[in-house]
Amino acid sequence: MELRTRALETILTEKGYVDAAALDSIVQAYESKIGPRNGAQVVAKAWSDPAFKQALLADASKAVGTLGHVSRVGDHLVAVENTPQRHNMVVCTLCSCYPWEVLGLPPVWYKAAPYRSRAVKDPRGVLADFGVSLPTDTEIRVWDSTAETRFLVLPMRPEGTEGWSEAQLAEIVTRDSMIGTGFPTTPGAPS
Amino acid sequence: MNGVHDMGGMDGFGKVEPEPNEPMFHTEWESRVLAMVRAMGAAGAFNIDTSRSYREALPPEVYLTSSYYKKWLLGLEENLIAKGYITTAEVAAGHAAEPPKPLKHGKFTVDQVERIMVRGQFGRTPPAPAKFKPGDRVRAKNIHPTTHTRLPRYVRGHVGVVELNLGCSVYPDTAAIEAGENPQWLYTVVFDGAELWGPDADPTVKISVDAFEPYLEPA
Repeated sequence: MELRTRALETILTEKGYVDAAALDSIVQAYESKIGPRNGAQVVAKAWSDPAFKQALLADASKAVGTLGHVSRVGDHLVAVENTPQRHNMVVCTLCSCYPWEVLGLPPVWYKAAPYRSRAVKDPRGVLADFGVSLPTDTEIRVWDSTAETRFLVLPMRPEGTEGWSEAQLAEIVTRDSMIGTGFPTTPGAPS
Repeated sequence: MNGVHDMGGMDGFGKVEPEPNEPMFHTEWESRVLAMVRAMGAAGAFNIDTSRSYREALPPEVYLTSSYYKKWLLGLEENLIAKGYITTAEVAAGHAAEPPKPLKHGKFTVDQVERIMVRGQFGRTPPAPAKFKPGDRVRAKNIHPTTHTRLPRYVRGHVGVVELNLGCSVYPDTAAIEAGENPQWLYTVVFDGAELWGPDADPTVKISVDAFEPYLEPA
Protein backbone atom coordinates (compact mmCIF):
# COMPACT_ATOMS: atom_id res chain seq x y z
CA MET A 1 0.00 0.00 0.00
CA GLU A 2 2.87 2.32 0.74
CA LEU A 3 4.21 2.12 -2.82
CA ARG A 4 0.78 2.37 -4.35
CA THR A 5 0.01 5.44 -2.24
CA ARG A 6 3.29 7.05 -3.20
CA ALA A 7 2.60 6.33 -6.88
CA LEU A 8 -0.77 8.05 -6.73
CA GLU A 9 0.68 11.04 -4.90
CA THR A 10 3.40 11.31 -7.56
CA ILE A 11 0.78 11.33 -10.32
CA LEU A 12 -1.39 13.92 -8.59
CA THR A 13 1.52 16.26 -7.95
CA GLU A 14 3.06 15.77 -11.41
CA LYS A 15 -0.28 16.63 -12.96
CA GLY A 16 -0.47 19.77 -10.84
CA TYR A 17 -3.65 18.79 -8.98
CA VAL A 18 -2.17 19.15 -5.51
CA ASP A 19 0.90 20.59 -3.83
CA ALA A 20 2.78 17.99 -1.80
CA ALA A 21 3.22 20.69 0.84
CA ALA A 22 -0.55 21.08 1.03
CA LEU A 23 -0.87 17.36 1.75
CA ASP A 24 1.76 17.71 4.51
CA SER A 25 -0.23 20.58 5.90
CA ILE A 26 -3.50 18.61 5.92
CA VAL A 27 -1.88 15.76 7.83
CA GLN A 28 -0.35 18.19 10.28
CA ALA A 29 -3.72 19.89 10.82
CA TYR A 30 -5.40 16.56 11.60
CA GLU A 31 -2.60 15.61 13.94
CA SER A 32 -2.63 18.89 15.84
CA LYS A 33 -6.04 20.52 15.63
CA ILE A 34 -8.66 17.85 16.04
CA GLY A 35 -9.13 15.16 18.62
CA PRO A 36 -11.37 14.07 21.45
CA ARG A 37 -10.06 16.81 23.71
CA ASN A 38 -12.26 19.21 21.74
CA GLY A 39 -15.34 17.17 22.58
CA ALA A 40 -14.20 16.77 26.18
CA GLN A 41 -14.10 20.55 26.56
CA VAL A 42 -17.65 20.76 25.23
CA VAL A 43 -18.86 18.13 27.69
CA ALA A 44 -17.04 19.71 30.63
CA LYS A 45 -18.58 23.06 29.80
CA ALA A 46 -22.05 21.52 29.57
CA TRP A 47 -21.56 19.90 32.99
CA SER A 48 -20.48 23.21 34.50
CA ASP A 49 -22.76 25.71 32.83
CA PRO A 50 -26.51 24.93 32.71
CA ALA A 51 -27.19 27.67 30.15
CA PHE A 52 -24.53 26.24 27.84
CA LYS A 53 -25.92 22.74 28.31
CA GLN A 54 -29.36 23.94 27.33
CA ALA A 55 -27.95 25.71 24.27
CA LEU A 56 -25.92 22.61 23.34
CA LEU A 57 -28.93 20.32 23.44
CA ALA A 58 -31.03 22.86 21.51
CA ASP A 59 -28.45 23.52 18.75
CA ALA A 60 -25.07 21.88 19.19
CA SER A 61 -23.48 23.43 16.07
CA LYS A 62 -24.29 26.91 17.30
CA ALA A 63 -23.34 26.26 20.92
CA VAL A 64 -20.01 24.63 20.07
CA GLY A 65 -19.34 27.45 17.63
CA THR A 66 -19.34 29.91 20.55
CA LEU A 67 -16.33 28.15 22.12
CA GLY A 68 -13.47 29.79 20.27
CA HIS A 69 -10.92 27.31 21.54
CA VAL A 70 -12.21 24.24 19.74
CA SER A 71 -12.08 23.64 16.01
CA ARG A 72 -15.05 24.95 14.12
CA VAL A 73 -17.90 22.58 13.41
CA GLY A 74 -20.29 22.76 10.52
CA ASP A 75 -24.03 23.10 10.71
CA HIS A 76 -24.99 19.56 11.47
CA LEU A 77 -23.92 18.59 14.98
CA VAL A 78 -26.53 17.18 17.38
CA ALA A 79 -25.78 16.52 21.06
CA VAL A 80 -27.73 13.75 22.79
CA GLU A 81 -27.89 13.51 26.55
CA ASN A 82 -27.47 10.38 28.61
CA THR A 83 -29.76 10.16 31.64
CA PRO A 84 -30.43 7.46 34.24
CA GLN A 85 -33.34 6.40 32.00
CA ARG A 86 -31.66 6.54 28.61
CA HIS A 87 -28.23 5.70 27.18
CA ASN A 88 -27.25 6.92 23.72
CA MET A 89 -24.85 5.19 21.36
CA VAL A 90 -23.66 6.34 17.93
CA VAL A 91 -22.79 4.23 14.89
CA CYS A 92 -22.53 4.53 11.12
CA THR A 93 -23.64 1.21 9.64
CA LEU A 94 -23.10 2.31 6.02
CA CYS A 95 -19.58 3.73 6.29
CA SER A 96 -17.82 5.49 9.16
CA CYS A 97 -19.50 8.87 9.72
CA TYR A 98 -18.17 10.36 12.93
CA PRO A 99 -17.98 13.89 14.39
CA TRP A 100 -14.34 14.54 13.41
CA GLU A 101 -14.34 18.12 14.63
CA VAL A 102 -15.16 17.21 18.21
CA LEU A 103 -13.78 13.65 18.46
CA GLY A 104 -10.95 13.53 15.91
CA LEU A 105 -10.56 10.70 13.40
CA PRO A 106 -12.51 7.58 14.31
CA PRO A 107 -10.76 4.58 15.88
CA VAL A 108 -10.39 1.40 13.80
CA TRP A 109 -13.11 -0.47 15.71
CA TYR A 110 -15.67 2.22 14.87
CA LYS A 111 -14.95 1.75 11.16
CA ALA A 112 -14.85 -2.06 11.26
CA ALA A 113 -17.55 -4.62 10.50
CA PRO A 114 -18.11 -6.02 14.02
CA TYR A 115 -19.24 -2.65 15.44
CA ARG A 116 -21.05 -1.43 12.33
CA SER A 117 -23.03 -4.66 11.96
CA ARG A 118 -23.97 -5.32 15.57
CA ALA A 119 -24.51 -1.91 17.16
CA VAL A 120 -28.03 -1.57 15.75
CA LYS A 121 -29.14 -5.13 16.52
CA ASP A 122 -27.36 -6.06 19.73
CA PRO A 123 -26.14 -2.88 21.42
CA ARG A 124 -25.94 -4.53 24.84
CA GLY A 125 -23.70 -7.23 23.37
CA VAL A 126 -21.48 -4.57 21.82
CA LEU A 127 -21.30 -2.70 25.11
CA ALA A 128 -20.26 -5.95 26.79
CA ASP A 129 -17.30 -6.11 24.37
CA PHE A 130 -16.25 -2.77 25.89
CA GLY A 131 -16.78 -4.08 29.41
CA VAL A 132 -19.78 -1.80 29.81
CA SER A 133 -23.05 -2.96 31.29
CA LEU A 134 -26.20 -0.95 31.89
CA PRO A 135 -29.21 -1.63 34.10
CA THR A 136 -31.60 -3.97 32.27
CA ASP A 137 -34.36 -1.35 32.25
CA THR A 138 -32.27 1.48 30.82
CA GLU A 139 -33.47 2.46 27.37
CA ILE A 140 -30.73 2.22 24.76
CA ARG A 141 -31.01 4.56 21.84
CA VAL A 142 -28.77 3.83 18.89
CA TRP A 143 -28.22 6.68 16.42
CA ASP A 144 -27.25 5.43 12.96
CA SER A 145 -25.43 8.33 11.23
CA THR A 146 -26.90 7.80 7.77
CA ALA A 147 -26.77 11.45 6.63
CA GLU A 148 -24.50 14.43 7.30
CA THR A 149 -25.80 14.93 10.84
CA ARG A 150 -23.13 14.08 13.42
CA PHE A 151 -23.92 13.01 16.95
CA LEU A 152 -22.08 13.76 20.16
CA VAL A 153 -23.13 11.90 23.30
CA LEU A 154 -23.27 14.02 26.43
CA PRO A 155 -22.42 11.50 29.16
CA MET A 156 -23.69 11.79 32.72
CA ARG A 157 -21.42 13.69 35.07
CA PRO A 158 -19.91 11.27 37.58
CA GLU A 159 -20.65 11.68 41.26
CA GLY A 160 -17.79 12.97 43.35
CA THR A 161 -16.90 15.76 40.92
CA GLU A 162 -18.73 18.56 42.70
CA GLY A 163 -16.76 21.79 42.62
CA TRP A 164 -14.36 20.61 39.91
CA SER A 165 -13.14 23.10 37.33
CA GLU A 166 -13.93 22.65 33.65
CA ALA A 167 -10.31 21.69 33.03
CA GLN A 168 -10.47 18.98 35.70
CA LEU A 169 -13.76 17.69 34.33
CA ALA A 170 -12.45 17.59 30.75
CA GLU A 171 -9.69 15.23 31.94
CA ILE A 172 -12.18 12.51 32.85
CA VAL A 173 -14.24 12.70 29.65
CA THR A 174 -13.16 9.78 27.49
CA ARG A 175 -13.60 9.51 23.74
CA ASP A 176 -15.73 6.38 24.13
CA SER A 177 -18.04 8.14 26.60
CA MET A 178 -18.87 10.62 23.82
CA ILE A 179 -19.63 7.79 21.35
CA GLY A 180 -21.71 5.95 23.94
CA THR A 181 -19.48 2.88 24.28
CA GLY A 182 -17.95 3.93 27.58
CA PHE A 183 -18.25 6.16 30.60
CA PRO A 184 -16.19 9.05 31.92
CA THR A 185 -13.35 7.94 34.16
CA THR A 186 -14.52 7.54 37.74
CA PRO A 187 -12.83 10.01 40.06
CA GLY A 188 -10.32 8.35 42.31
CA ALA A 189 -10.27 5.12 40.34
CA PRO A 190 -6.98 3.99 38.82
CA SER A 191 -6.97 4.98 35.15
CA MET B 1 -26.80 -0.43 -3.96
CA ASN B 2 -27.35 -3.54 -1.87
CA GLY B 3 -23.65 -3.93 -1.14
CA VAL B 4 -21.68 -5.47 1.70
CA HIS B 5 -21.07 -1.98 3.07
CA ASP B 6 -24.72 -1.97 4.21
CA MET B 7 -23.97 -4.22 7.16
CA GLY B 8 -26.36 -3.08 9.89
CA GLY B 9 -27.85 -6.19 11.50
CA MET B 10 -25.52 -8.72 9.89
CA ASP B 11 -24.11 -11.52 12.06
CA GLY B 12 -20.79 -13.29 12.05
CA PHE B 13 -18.24 -10.48 12.14
CA GLY B 14 -17.17 -11.30 15.67
CA LYS B 15 -16.39 -9.18 18.70
CA VAL B 16 -15.56 -5.50 18.71
CA GLU B 17 -11.88 -5.23 19.55
CA PRO B 18 -10.80 -1.79 20.74
CA GLU B 19 -7.06 -1.17 20.46
CA PRO B 20 -5.54 0.39 23.57
CA ASN B 21 -3.74 3.70 22.93
CA GLU B 22 -4.53 3.56 19.24
CA PRO B 23 -2.45 6.01 17.17
CA MET B 24 -4.17 8.42 14.78
CA PHE B 25 -2.44 6.68 11.85
CA HIS B 26 -0.87 3.25 11.97
CA THR B 27 1.48 3.96 9.06
CA GLU B 28 2.45 7.08 7.17
CA TRP B 29 0.71 6.10 3.94
CA GLU B 30 -2.64 6.16 5.70
CA SER B 31 -2.19 9.84 6.44
CA ARG B 32 -1.23 10.56 2.80
CA VAL B 33 -4.37 8.77 1.57
CA LEU B 34 -6.54 10.83 3.90
CA ALA B 35 -4.85 14.02 2.69
CA MET B 36 -5.22 13.13 -1.01
CA VAL B 37 -8.91 12.35 -0.62
CA ARG B 38 -9.55 15.62 1.20
CA ALA B 39 -7.46 17.65 -1.24
CA MET B 40 -8.95 16.22 -4.45
CA GLY B 41 -12.47 16.57 -3.04
CA ALA B 42 -11.78 20.19 -2.11
CA ALA B 43 -10.32 20.84 -5.56
CA GLY B 44 -13.66 19.77 -7.01
CA ALA B 45 -12.79 16.35 -8.47
CA PHE B 46 -15.75 14.77 -6.64
CA ASN B 47 -18.23 15.34 -3.82
CA ILE B 48 -18.42 13.34 -0.59
CA ASP B 49 -21.31 11.19 -1.82
CA THR B 50 -19.48 10.21 -5.00
CA SER B 51 -16.44 9.39 -2.89
CA ARG B 52 -18.52 7.08 -0.67
CA SER B 53 -20.16 5.43 -3.66
CA TYR B 54 -16.80 4.41 -5.12
CA ARG B 55 -15.78 2.76 -1.86
CA GLU B 56 -19.10 0.90 -1.71
CA ALA B 57 -18.67 -0.28 -5.27
CA LEU B 58 -15.39 -2.09 -4.53
CA PRO B 59 -15.79 -5.85 -5.05
CA PRO B 60 -17.30 -7.40 -1.89
CA GLU B 61 -14.25 -9.54 -1.14
CA VAL B 62 -12.01 -6.48 -1.45
CA TYR B 63 -14.30 -4.34 0.70
CA LEU B 64 -14.46 -6.90 3.48
CA THR B 65 -10.75 -7.66 3.59
CA SER B 66 -9.33 -4.15 3.19
CA SER B 67 -8.49 -1.72 5.96
CA TYR B 68 -10.32 1.59 6.06
CA TYR B 69 -7.54 3.54 4.38
CA LYS B 70 -6.94 0.83 1.78
CA LYS B 71 -10.61 1.17 0.81
CA TRP B 72 -10.09 4.93 0.63
CA LEU B 73 -7.08 4.53 -1.66
CA LEU B 74 -8.72 2.00 -3.99
CA GLY B 75 -11.92 4.04 -4.12
CA LEU B 76 -9.94 7.21 -4.84
CA GLU B 77 -8.07 5.58 -7.73
CA GLU B 78 -11.29 4.24 -9.27
CA ASN B 79 -13.04 7.56 -8.83
CA LEU B 80 -10.25 9.63 -10.40
CA ILE B 81 -9.88 7.18 -13.30
CA ALA B 82 -13.64 7.20 -13.96
CA LYS B 83 -13.70 11.00 -13.92
CA GLY B 84 -10.76 11.25 -16.30
CA TYR B 85 -8.30 12.90 -13.89
CA ILE B 86 -5.84 10.02 -14.10
CA THR B 87 -5.55 6.88 -16.22
CA THR B 88 -5.12 3.21 -15.43
CA ALA B 89 -1.80 3.30 -17.28
CA GLU B 90 -0.59 6.16 -15.09
CA VAL B 91 -1.51 4.26 -11.94
CA ALA B 92 0.38 1.22 -13.25
CA ALA B 93 3.42 3.33 -14.18
CA GLY B 94 3.38 5.50 -11.07
CA HIS B 95 3.89 8.64 -13.12
CA ALA B 96 1.82 11.16 -15.04
CA ALA B 97 1.69 10.56 -18.79
CA GLU B 98 -1.36 12.48 -19.97
CA PRO B 99 -2.10 16.21 -19.68
CA PRO B 100 -4.11 17.15 -16.59
CA LYS B 101 -7.88 17.63 -16.67
CA PRO B 102 -8.89 21.04 -15.26
CA LEU B 103 -10.24 20.89 -11.71
CA LYS B 104 -13.41 22.80 -10.84
CA HIS B 105 -11.71 24.70 -8.03
CA GLY B 106 -8.16 24.60 -9.36
CA LYS B 107 -5.03 23.18 -7.83
CA PHE B 108 -5.19 22.41 -4.10
CA THR B 109 -2.64 24.55 -2.30
CA VAL B 110 -1.51 25.13 1.28
CA ASP B 111 -3.60 28.25 1.78
CA GLN B 112 -6.78 26.21 1.41
CA VAL B 113 -6.05 23.76 4.22
CA GLU B 114 -7.74 25.80 6.92
CA ARG B 115 -10.92 25.90 4.86
CA ILE B 116 -11.21 22.14 4.62
CA MET B 117 -10.77 21.67 8.37
CA VAL B 118 -14.24 23.14 8.79
CA ARG B 119 -17.02 20.75 8.03
CA GLY B 120 -18.92 21.24 4.78
CA GLN B 121 -22.39 22.69 4.75
CA PHE B 122 -25.15 20.54 3.33
CA GLY B 123 -28.26 22.59 4.23
CA ARG B 124 -30.14 24.01 1.24
CA THR B 125 -33.22 26.15 0.57
CA PRO B 126 -36.30 23.89 0.64
CA PRO B 127 -37.97 23.50 -2.77
CA ALA B 128 -41.31 22.60 -1.09
CA PRO B 129 -42.80 22.41 2.41
CA ALA B 130 -41.91 19.38 4.54
CA LYS B 131 -44.35 16.49 4.15
CA PHE B 132 -43.77 15.11 7.63
CA LYS B 133 -43.52 16.53 11.14
CA PRO B 134 -42.24 15.18 14.43
CA GLY B 135 -44.65 12.56 15.78
CA ASP B 136 -45.77 11.32 12.36
CA ARG B 137 -45.71 7.59 11.73
CA VAL B 138 -43.79 6.78 8.57
CA ARG B 139 -42.74 3.66 6.70
CA ALA B 140 -39.28 3.40 5.16
CA LYS B 141 -39.99 2.47 1.57
CA ASN B 142 -39.11 -0.96 0.27
CA ILE B 143 -36.73 0.33 -2.37
CA HIS B 144 -33.53 -1.17 -3.75
CA PRO B 145 -31.73 1.36 -5.91
CA THR B 146 -28.68 -0.07 -7.65
CA THR B 147 -26.82 3.23 -7.23
CA HIS B 148 -25.77 5.03 -4.01
CA THR B 149 -28.40 5.46 -1.29
CA ARG B 150 -28.34 6.21 2.42
CA LEU B 151 -31.39 4.18 3.40
CA PRO B 152 -29.98 1.07 5.06
CA ARG B 153 -31.61 -2.25 4.20
CA TYR B 154 -32.43 -3.11 7.79
CA VAL B 155 -35.10 -0.39 8.04
CA ARG B 156 -36.71 -0.81 4.62
CA GLY B 157 -40.39 -1.72 4.85
CA HIS B 158 -40.51 -0.90 8.57
CA VAL B 159 -42.57 1.66 10.43
CA GLY B 160 -41.06 4.31 12.66
CA VAL B 161 -41.84 7.72 14.09
CA VAL B 162 -40.41 11.04 12.96
CA GLU B 163 -38.50 12.55 15.88
CA LEU B 164 -36.61 15.50 14.38
CA ASN B 165 -36.87 17.56 11.25
CA LEU B 166 -33.21 18.20 10.41
CA GLY B 167 -33.92 20.67 7.64
CA CYS B 168 -33.45 20.44 3.92
CA SER B 169 -30.22 18.94 2.69
CA VAL B 170 -28.23 17.83 -0.36
CA TYR B 171 -29.67 14.47 -1.51
CA PRO B 172 -26.90 11.86 -1.62
CA ASP B 173 -28.72 9.57 -4.05
CA THR B 174 -28.49 12.13 -6.86
CA ALA B 175 -25.34 13.95 -5.72
CA ALA B 176 -23.37 10.68 -5.80
CA ILE B 177 -24.12 10.09 -9.46
CA GLU B 178 -23.61 13.76 -10.30
CA ALA B 179 -27.29 14.24 -11.06
CA GLY B 180 -27.52 17.38 -8.93
CA GLU B 181 -27.95 18.34 -5.28
CA ASN B 182 -31.73 17.89 -5.53
CA PRO B 183 -32.33 19.13 -1.93
CA GLN B 184 -34.68 17.05 0.21
CA TRP B 185 -36.08 17.26 3.72
CA LEU B 186 -34.22 15.14 6.21
CA TYR B 187 -35.70 13.55 9.33
CA THR B 188 -34.53 11.48 12.26
CA VAL B 189 -36.87 8.47 12.28
CA VAL B 190 -36.98 6.17 15.32
CA PHE B 191 -37.81 2.48 15.20
CA ASP B 192 -38.57 0.07 18.05
CA GLY B 193 -36.14 -2.80 18.25
CA ALA B 194 -38.99 -5.29 17.85
CA GLU B 195 -40.18 -3.58 14.66
CA LEU B 196 -36.79 -4.20 13.08
CA TRP B 197 -35.61 -7.41 14.72
CA GLY B 198 -38.81 -9.21 15.68
CA PRO B 199 -40.55 -10.06 18.94
CA ASP B 200 -37.44 -11.51 20.58
CA ALA B 201 -35.59 -8.20 20.32
CA ASP B 202 -34.43 -6.38 23.45
CA PRO B 203 -37.50 -4.27 24.41
CA THR B 204 -35.31 -1.44 25.74
CA VAL B 205 -33.64 -0.75 22.38
CA LYS B 206 -34.66 1.94 19.91
CA ILE B 207 -32.77 2.69 16.72
CA SER B 208 -32.89 5.80 14.60
CA VAL B 209 -31.71 6.64 11.11
CA ASP B 210 -31.61 9.98 9.35
CA ALA B 211 -33.89 9.52 6.37
CA PHE B 212 -34.48 11.79 3.39
CA GLU B 213 -38.09 12.47 2.49
CA PRO B 214 -38.08 10.35 -0.72
CA TYR B 215 -37.21 7.33 1.45
CA LEU B 216 -40.43 7.66 3.46
CA GLU B 217 -44.18 7.23 3.04
CA PRO B 218 -47.01 7.86 5.53
CA ALA B 219 -47.90 4.85 7.72
